[in-house]
Amino acid sequence: MLDTFDDQVDGPFGQVGTGILRRRLEPLLPPGGLLTTTEGMRPYETDGLAAYRSLPGAVALPETVPQVQAVLKACSDLGVPVVARGAGTGLSGGALPFPGCVLLSLSKFNKILEIDPQARTARVQPGVRNLAISEAVAHLGLFYAPDPSSQLACSIGGNVAENAGGVHCLKYGLTVHNILSLEVVTIDGDILHLGSEALDTPGYDLMALMTGSEGLLGVVTEVLVKLTPLPEVARVILASFDDVEVAAGAVAKIMAAGIVPAGLEMMDGPALRAAEDFAQAGYPKSAAAILLCELDGEAADVTEEIARVSNLLTEAGAVEVRVAKDEAERKKFWAGRKGAFPAMGRLAPDYYCIDGTIPRRALPKVLTEIGRLADAHGLGVANVFHAGDGNLHPLILYNSELEGDSERAEALGGAILELCVEVGGTITGEHGVGREKINQMCVQFTQGENDAFHALKAAFDPKGLLNPGKTIPTLARCAEYGALHVHKGVLPHPHLERF
Amino acid sequence: MDQTQALTEAVQGAANTHRPLRLVGGGTHEFYGRAVDGKTLSIAGHKGIIDYDPSELVITARAGTLVSEIEALLAENQQMLAFEPPRFGPSATLGGAVATGLSGPRRPFAGALRDFVLGARILDGRGQSLHFGGTVFKNVAGFDAFRLMAGAQGGLGLILDVSLRVTPKPRSERALVLDLGSEAARLRVVDMMRHPLPLSGAFHDGERLHLRLSGGEAAVTGLARDLGGEDEPMAVWQDIANLAHPALAGDGPLWRIAIGQTRIAPADWGPVWDWAGGVRWIRQEIDAPNLWDAAAALGGHATLFRGPRDQVFQPLAPAVRRLHERLKTAMDPFGIFNPGRLYEGF
Repeated sequence: MLDTFDDQVDGPFGQVGTGILRRRLEPLLPPGGLLTTTEGMRPYETDGLAAYRSLPGAVALPETVPQVQAVLKACSDLGVPVVARGAGTGLSGGALPFPGCVLLSLSKFNKILEIDPQARTARVQPGVRNLAISEAVAHLGLFYAPDPSSQLACSIGGNVAENAGGVHCLKYGLTVHNILSLEVVTIDGDILHLGSEALDTPGYDLMALMTGSEGLLGVVTEVLVKLTPLPEVARVILASFDDVEVAAGAVAKIMAAGIVPAGLEMMDGPALRAAEDFAQAGYPKSAAAILLCELDGEAADVTEEIARVSNLLTEAGAVEVRVAKDEAERKKFWAGRKGAFPAMGRLAPDYYCIDGTIPRRALPKVLTEIGRLADAHGLGVANVFHAGDGNLHPLILYNSELEGDSERAEALGGAILELCVEVGGTITGEHGVGREKINQMCVQFTQGENDAFHALKAAFDPKGLLNPGKTIPTLARCAEYGALHVHKGVLPHPHLERF
Repeated sequence: MDQTQALTEAVQGAANTHRPLRLVGGGTHEFYGRAVDGKTLSIAGHKGIIDYDPSELVITARAGTLVSEIEALLAENQQMLAFEPPRFGPSATLGGAVATGLSGPRRPFAGALRDFVLGARILDGRGQSLHFGGTVFKNVAGFDAFRLMAGAQGGLGLILDVSLRVTPKPRSERALVLDLGSEAARLRVVDMMRHPLPLSGAFHDGERLHLRLSGGEAAVTGLARDLGGEDEPMAVWQDIANLAHPALAGDGPLWRIAIGQTRIAPADWGPVWDWAGGVRWIRQEIDAPNLWDAAAALGGHATLFRGPRDQVFQPLAPAVRRLHERLKTAMDPFGIFNPGRLYEGF
């Protein structure tokens, strides 16, 4: 498992004793703002990737930006690594601490500082929950568009770190498309203002670079987000198919027809049946796959588009096309999709959520191949996709109590990600690399490209103290992973067709 | 016409001798940015569309490909580049569009050029070919170094090819012109943008408000009816994007000031604005330091878009400038790519 930092392949990792951390950091923080006991730090030992656990050297809970600056400066002076953490809902181990590091929690930064209805912006602290922004501006007819499935709990600072997406990003964009500026504290304690209220800035686009940088470049202390007017109406279609490949073909037809759905989601048989049992969403349990297609906008246009998409779906081979008759049924259709992950609990004691993106045209091939890989590893997989943008979430079903099952799940996950790279996709669509996919970075990127990432990081963080061991692999790690991976020149599963 | 090999050799040669290069695509943005003293390296011959599948909503092309060729191909498939890269001449290339990073009038409604860049293959300052991002919209593997190329003026790498997200053409479009003064029009547009209306352009020429409506037929027809005004040719919007509109055209100095859309601009900036009030255009000589201060006070920055080329872009805050210098060194250690085009020293 990857929840152990390995100096041999992850590089040097500075550590000082707890006593020194307390002496240096406690005076910089409010009373109770530094945790060093095991029971105090226990809630911080893992993030949303609960299979990985590790305790930090200390947990710092600053309440003001000057305190963040002071803590970072002190850590820089001490040479101690820092892992920033928002709500801890990330799924790639990006906020996983390692022994000896300082875990910097931004949870106290939970205020919406300003809402400007005219400019359609909100200035928020990084610990504000994603959904709280939309809730706070709903009475103005506005919302914050990115809606990762954890939006009830996840924080906007974490969203910036991961460039979070969500169901609606097909139409409304990712986090990077919905923020205007960032206040960032560097490891040296400097404050940077990146981006601006104006729609562009002079020089390099550092706000875009910071977005999705997974806590490796700086600590976000304030975000100016863009708010979007709520659409007049939203309606959803549920289409069922007796063949997964036919469903995948229908997705391409919708996209090629010039329609931009607000959401276009797909679930395969195992996923939809588990979701139906869990949420009673009204899904046809005999289907091999279902598509949910949401359209929003002006009422008359939505009515027309619903008719067009319904026809397209029928022509594409859907066996049944149902339009949610009212808002209650629309919510019900979505409840199944939103409950798909927890529903996996009915199929297996544990599930491991994979996150790759592929070109849509590769979907049928990839589905077939995922099935074969799962069989080869002796594990079941249920598939949930953001089909409109080719973002797959195969859910690997396993039982951590069984000897070797966790390792098999990890190996199958890695194989699926490498499959995504082979067909021209990526190892992570929205969950981030974090600790989890650090080895697969060696597959997606050349050493030269990983070196460039290290060089970009060094421009912000010359000592390499921000979230080390995450996101960008070292040369040593890739060498070791490559050696395991291409064992004696033979790829794993040589019987499997490569495309 | 893949010239990767020749371009790689040229960059490696420059890296070995530490001799700066002046990167040129179609030469149509030659007037923009600070003058570069270096050996000219043309990328115009490195052209051709590599991949385009309309149902994937992505096009990948070499840097020297003409923007006009890309837009024509997309139009055949009822698609477009939503960021409307300005074309200051027929020879404008994809690489030049990305390197200058400029977005057209649709920016406040559809997003910036950098929002549509999905991936880029570049040569770094050692002549090493690096590929960042890819061809899919949702991709968070590694830093978004490809977005960093947008607007870097070629200073962080020689762009070899780019993948762009493309957008279906709106099903219905109207161009309207309304008799409304500059400030009243800006307030009207700000108010309109609080609602989910099918707007895709809002420009004031100093006398009248030009609006472009794009979207579903019902929404466009409904809004046009509510607005009144007169229809005008859709080609007006190309002129606005390309600075060929009579309110923007000319050879004299041209300042571009980007500010918060709801900020009130000083009267001496004149009445002409684009980007729904977020960009002011001024055709006159102005004392730069004062203008920079004034723009910063309104949440933005000023650029001497056309004119004497010593200091063109708004000075950076010291900590941000230091970071720029370090990033430049990270990607281009010998300082061979367009040195000084953005700022003196890098």
